[in-house]
Amino acid sequence: MNELEIAKFELCLRMGDSALILGHRLSEWCGHAPILEEDIALTNVALDFVGLSRNWLSYAALIQNEGKTEDDLAYLRDVVLYRNALITEQPNGDFAVTMARQFFYDVFSYYFYIELCKSNDLTMKGIAEKAIKEIEYHLRHSTEWMYRLGDGTEESHQKLQDAVDELWMFTGDLFVTDKNYDLLFENNIVPEMKNIHENWHAKIVDVFNKSTLVLPNASFMQSGSTKGFHTEHLGFLLAEMQYLQRSYPNNNW
Amino acid sequence: MEKNDQSQGILWEVFIQGNPGIPHKHAGSLHAPDAEMALQAARDVYTRRSEGISIWVVPAQNITASSPEDNGSFFEPSNDKPYRHPTFYKVPEGVKYL
Repeated sequence: MNELEIAKFELCLRMGDSALILGHRLSEWCGHAPILEEDIALTNVALDFVGLSRNWLSYAALIQNEGKTEDDLAYLRDVVLYRNALITEQPNGDFAVTMARQFFYDVFSYYFYIELCKSNDLTMKGIAEKAIKEIEYHLRHSTEWMYRLGDGTEESHQKLQDAVDELWMFTGDLFVTDKNYDLLFENNIVPEMKNIHENWHAKIVDVFNKSTLVLPNASFMQSGSTKGFHTEHLGFLLAEMQYLQRSYPNNNW
Repeated sequence: MEKNDQSQGILWEVFIQGNPGIPHKHAGSLHAPDAEMALQAARDVYTRRSEGISIWVVPAQNITASSPEDNGSFFEPSNDKPYRHPTFYKVPEGVKYL
């Protein structure tokens, strides 16, 4: 792969892995959500994300040109080769943690994918155009829950505030750029991350105000996902997600 | 769980319109705390296989229903009035959804 191909490959992993890992996290709620209706809603969203990750990972495999498939990339890569955003691998916690995590990611993906619809890379543009309608719905869903939990009962407010405080340090990692990202930006393939971050922040402030939530003022941010540095949770997640392919190589159904 | 337990929200009846121009049909019911969440739940529960293009949600408590005791006075008088059925007319060809 030349430099531009490497940069594209890395972005495919960053977006595809985030979708796959968040989709997997949401799928863990299947059969366990607080109410039946939300159980179906969460698994619907999970399926959207897994579908989205397939688009990114098959494009990654194509760019890589080593005869691998999307499945090889999903099931046979180890933690250090994963590029998902740190926030996507954080455990589900209670419903408030899941919704806060979802909301933070949905706002990011909403602004990112809208801009990606203008990408010079036609495959990425196509992926974004297909995904944006689903993402609009995800954002609507998680935003409504932020209002209801934040401005709900004393207990729901406290749980959501705790969740937001706990997850805040993982939000900065969403907007990290490196030389790969800069190269894509120079080639009009990806949007300027600074703008995405500003839009994200404005939306967060707006929804927090309406939800009576307090914006965390902690400035320390975890990062490292673009280099393969993850929190301890990803290894456990992959152990479960990759179990079948690792134990029974090339098995299929 | 008690019959009047509202911890999962109130009961909503869901109506889905399958295609333009045809009526909304009752699809089922669900629990939700308010109208917006009911609409979203209806979208997820009842339209994920492209069943619809429009959704109505109505609080079940706002529906006034006839009771079985009404059946005699409500419905039986029409039993001997077959001329009220449109079967005496020829339906023009090409009319759908009648």
